[in-house]
Amino acid sequence: MFKLSVVTPIAVYFEEEVSSIVAPGSDGYLGILANHAPIITSLEPGLLTIKDTNQNETEFAIGGGFLEVSGNKATILAESIEPLSEIDLARAEAACKRGKDRIAGLFTDENVDMERSCHSLAKAVNRINLVRRSGRN
Amino acid sequence: MATLKEIRSRIKSVKSTRQITKAMEMVAAAKLRRAQQRVAEARPYADRMNDMLGSLAEGASGDITHPYFDNREVKKRTLVIVVSDRGLCGSFNARLLRAADDWLAQYSTSEVELVVVGKRALDYYKSRPYPIAASYIDWGGAMEYEKSKSLVSFLTKRFVDGETDLVNVIYASFVSTAKNIVTNEQYLPIDNPASAADTSVSSEKASESKTSRKEYIFEPSPEKIYASLLPSYALTKMLTALLDSFASEHSARMIAMNTATTAAGDMIDELTLNYNKARQGQITKELLEIVSGAEALNG
Repeated sequence: MFKLSVVTPIAVYFEEEVSSIVAPGSDGYLGILANHAPIITSLEPGLLTIKDTNQNETEFAIGGGFLEVSGNKATILAESIEPLSEIDLARAEAACKRGKDRIAGLFTDENVDMERSCHSLAKAVNRINLVRRSGRN
Repeated sequence: MATLKEIRSRIKSVKSTRQITKAMEMVAAAKLRRAQQRVAEARPYADRMNDMLGSLAEGASGDITHPYFDNREVKKRTLVIVVSDRGLCGSFNARLLRAADDWLAQYSTSEVELVVVGKRALDYYKSRPYPIAASYIDWGGAMEYEKSKSLVSFLTKRFVDGETDLVNVIYASFVSTAKNIVTNEQYLPIDNPASAADTSVSSEKASESKTSRKEYIFEPSPEKIYASLLPSYALTKMLTALLDSFASEHSARMIAMNTATTAAGDMIDELTLNYNKARQGQITKELLEIVSGAEALNG
């Protein structure tokens, strides 16, 4: 059991004792159990699974961020996070389309910020994939 | 002495002014509440990010380089001045602009450039010799995420491309409803926490690091984490400054409007007194005329 805080730019989203988490690290998914060695890693858009102290799993879509574990405390700085059940599929699809259009416009419009466009596209695609995978429509 | 009619219309106009300032005070109070809440909500993220940057510096060995750390000889400076779009907020903008002027006065006009946030700053600097590199106006008194992002990417790009060597931000840092502090902060280059690890991390962490230095695992590598953490850090820092500025603006406006409402009340009292005096004076005068007229007939 260890303490997990998930903080977003808008609020402290989650701060509770949990028994384990699985997070989408840049080098692949990684699981954190109690007394994990100190680690700092960046997170990609993906699926964050939190197992609470009663062994109930909750799944969240996370839009990238950072994870730090030290002294049996885990901190996730998430750019965005929401439970799978709350993903707005229509909005994600619109964002996906917008991102694709923006990247397509790269050849004509030099003001497009490539990195940012790719990142928001990745976040949108992640949301869509997670919804599809969970079988919710 | 002003005629009764004049005083009456003065009173009426001051009363309607008071009504307006009262309404504006209430609007500012409502906006302040929201802005204050957002400041409070955004703070944990900024704090945790600071902590994480500290741990990263603490755990990573060797020199970490990143374009944002590039502390080079300063030939060109950029000043970001954050003020409000609209007036009627007392000395809020004047104080910020004075601080900006003081800072700018140290350098020649070719050494500096401005990035203005808020219409008031644009109006102010339009007719002055300092070059304006970009302006971000019409915020409507609230945070716009996209606009802030493009401000940050403009600044970082300019810095990385070598078009400027130092970026400072002047904004009103929010302390409480009655207090905000004009702050002039270096935005870029970011102080490399590896060289100042003991001072930049929060006191809690600093004491921790003295007792036991932690061996962190870094995934993928410290360089790569820096590469993705620093842009977020830069964005968060700017967002914090903007949120503070908006909260300060609303509190300044609320106080200014409160003062105006009170002043209008005092003015109404005074005018009413004058009005009554004038009315009484007129009645006395009329009485005198009647009496003296009657006496002339009797005489």
